[in-house]
Amino acid sequence: MAPCWKRVNYFLGYLRIQQTTGKRFVSEIASRASPSGKNSAFSRLTAEDVSYLKDVVSSRCVVEEKEALEPFNTDWMRKYRGTSSLVLKPNSTEQVSQILQYCNNKKLAVVPQGGNTGLVGGSVPVFDEIILNLSNMNRIRNFDEKSGIVTCEGGIVLEALSNFVSERGYTFPLDLGAKGSCQIGGNLATNAGGTRFLRYGSLHGSTLGLEVVLANGKVLHMLSTLRKDNTGYHIPHIFIGSEGTLGVITAASICCPKKCRSVHTALLGVDSFDKVTELLVRCKDEVGEILSAFEFMDRNAVELATSLLSHVRDPFPKSFPFYVLIETAGSNEKHDEEKLEKFLENCYSEDFISDAVLAQDQSQMNQLWTLRESMPEAVSRSGKSIFKYDLSIPLEHFYGLVTEMRSRLAQHACHVVSWGHIGDCNLHLNISSSEEAYESLSKLIEPYVYEWTRAHGGSISAEHGIGRMKSKYLPISKDKSTLELMKQMKQLLDPVGILNPYKVFSQEA
Amino acid sequence: MKILVSVKRVVDYAVKVRVKPDGSGIDLNNVKMSMNPFCEIAVEEAVRLKESKVASEVVVATVGPSQSSEQIRTALAMGADRGIHVQVEQELPPSVVSRALKGIVLKEKPSLVILGKQAIDDDCNQTGQMLAQLLDWPQGTFASKIKVDGEKLQVTREVDRGLETLELRLPAVVTCDLRLNEPRYATLPNIMKAKKKPVEKLGLKDLNLEPSHGIETLSVFEPPKRQGGNKVESVAELIDKLRNEAKVI
Repeated sequence: MAPCWKRVNYFLGYLRIQQTTGKRFVSEIASRASPSGKNSAFSRLTAEDVSYLKDVVSSRCVVEEKEALEPFNTDWMRKYRGTSSLVLKPNSTEQVSQILQYCNNKKLAVVPQGGNTGLVGGSVPVFDEIILNLSNMNRIRNFDEKSGIVTCEGGIVLEALSNFVSERGYTFPLDLGAKGSCQIGGNLATNAGGTRFLRYGSLHGSTLGLEVVLANGKVLHMLSTLRKDNTGYHIPHIFIGSEGTLGVITAASICCPKKCRSVHTALLGVDSFDKVTELLVRCKDEVGEILSAFEFMDRNAVELATSLLSHVRDPFPKSFPFYVLIETAGSNEKHDEEKLEKFLENCYSEDFISDAVLAQDQSQMNQLWTLRESMPEAVSRSGKSIFKYDLSIPLEHFYGLVTEMRSRLAQHACHVVSWGHIGDCNLHLNISSSEEAYESLSKLIEPYVYEWTRAHGGSISAEHGIGRMKSKYLPISKDKSTLELMKQMKQLLDPVGILNPYKVFSQEA
Repeated sequence: MKILVSVKRVVDYAVKVRVKPDGSGIDLNNVKMSMNPFCEIAVEEAVRLKESKVASEVVVATVGPSQSSEQIRTALAMGADRGIHVQVEQELPPSVVSRALKGIVLKEKPSLVILGKQAIDDDCNQTGQMLAQLLDWPQGTFASKIKVDGEKLQVTREVDRGLETLELRLPAVVTCDLRLNEPRYATLPNIMKAKKKPVEKLGLKDLNLEPSHGIETLSVFEPPKRQGGNKVESVAELIDKLRNEAKVI
């Protein structure tokens, strides 16, 4: 399965309405039109700096030409664009350390960059920060065939890493749509979620150790390969999800589970949301140990995809209000199949599901996943104004927001569709409409969606992070004292503030 | 009208096959097996003919190991009425499979036999043709459209220069091409129903056949790995490599 719904233009139109009152807010508009939000404490890059830094990494690992800089300055959605004039591609932790030590002394701002596939503008410069691109650090340092623990550098592409362990009988615990480009260092820095989250949990669980270079060039050697190690504070965790603001992850040791030999996929038609949640509970109860995905889509989303995309097909002869995609992964084909079928038969006879299809071969399996993965593409084709939200909402309120938004926007011609990793309580809410409807809709949608989410105990970012896009709304999901502590930690680890400035923390506060 | 469909259990088309280290064959250990995709199309076509009341019964047959019963179940869940499983543990070539199918045809007396045009494991593309010959029935191969018209059958075939339509007298043998239809999914209620449908088990002996067939696989090996590309510094170097290394100029 190679889902690609992560790589979508979430919050597509969002920046257009960041007409904040009062203080300057850093946005695409701001960075393009008026660089006045730039922190004046940072120095300008001089020829002397460039020559020193070139010496550190060798001139082959430097990008300076204007056109060659473009892909490093622009995020993959082409929504954010910086004006950096220097990309450094170090080959070793030692080089990263020398670069940061120099930049810290000279007050030169730095953006750590992996595959540059983030969705919140965290991996590109806002102004002219030096880009520290990790792609040359792509070696696997060690793999233990017995334990499945892999130690690798931060710049290795997720897919390459995933294939490496797969050929040796293991599964990499992270999988997401951008796997062909994203790098493990960036995945860790953003605490990426993805489709294997339900089964293998967060990267906080699978990561055993990190090697991190701090802003002052000091290297933290924390590459433990021990499953259990309760000695002192668990420092690696603060770097997972820190979005490059606390240190640069140069290597990681990650524990990989054994690969499952038997995989089964089923798509279920369900006639109410209550039944969907009940199904999730029962599914965990009856096939929990082999459950590897539990994804949800509503009818509106499925209809949008089947009507707009010719390669997507609804396998059912009639439509249902809700669809659930279940996948199991285990070690015994026959046992797993019997188990899943029995569970589904029980649910069917007790009327929890209205209909179901079970993939009989790999191509049917792929087709069922295609339906789920085509959602973002369908939305992007359905209108010119698109509002995308990646929210965590407790199960009991999960679909409430969608219903609420439909009635709130009932007077407007728009599509309100939703899908998500419901097994992880992660909702992707999408609203699309015509270009003209943008202004009127945006007033009704924001900040309402965020406030509703907070009021119902959710989070404004389930898996994409804060970056540059949502920094303004971070206080919605973090209380004041926690934010204060975050700032103190930033101050402690990066007192000059050279690492990924203008990200995560709002520039307004 | 009764229709007989034959199906084959093969390595799933999405699986990357591996040759056993000793070169004796393909490694089938822990490999996902599925119904041959062309056989799936054959089952779908037969079920559609039944749904449109052209056929009264669809019988699905397989010649293969005990696990082939899974593929029979899939066909039954798609809508076939009953199954016949000729249980043989060793791999058989089309010459034996077609004889086994002939035995079933003589017993079941269907008016139409539908098969996939070939199996994706050995790519033989022979069983349907051999069966037609053994039965001395007309055959329509690589069908992209079929239409039953009384005692006659129209078969549209994809040929090099376009579409060719044949008219066959029933009973006949038809083999399916990819574009004949898009097979349905097995739905849960139908999977449940399929479990109650009868499957008859036979051995080759019941059909007066022997598994020996005079063909022996000597060795199986992978094609040579593709060599990685190479960057050259100059035109002269390119010419030199083309001339002396690749030996193409």
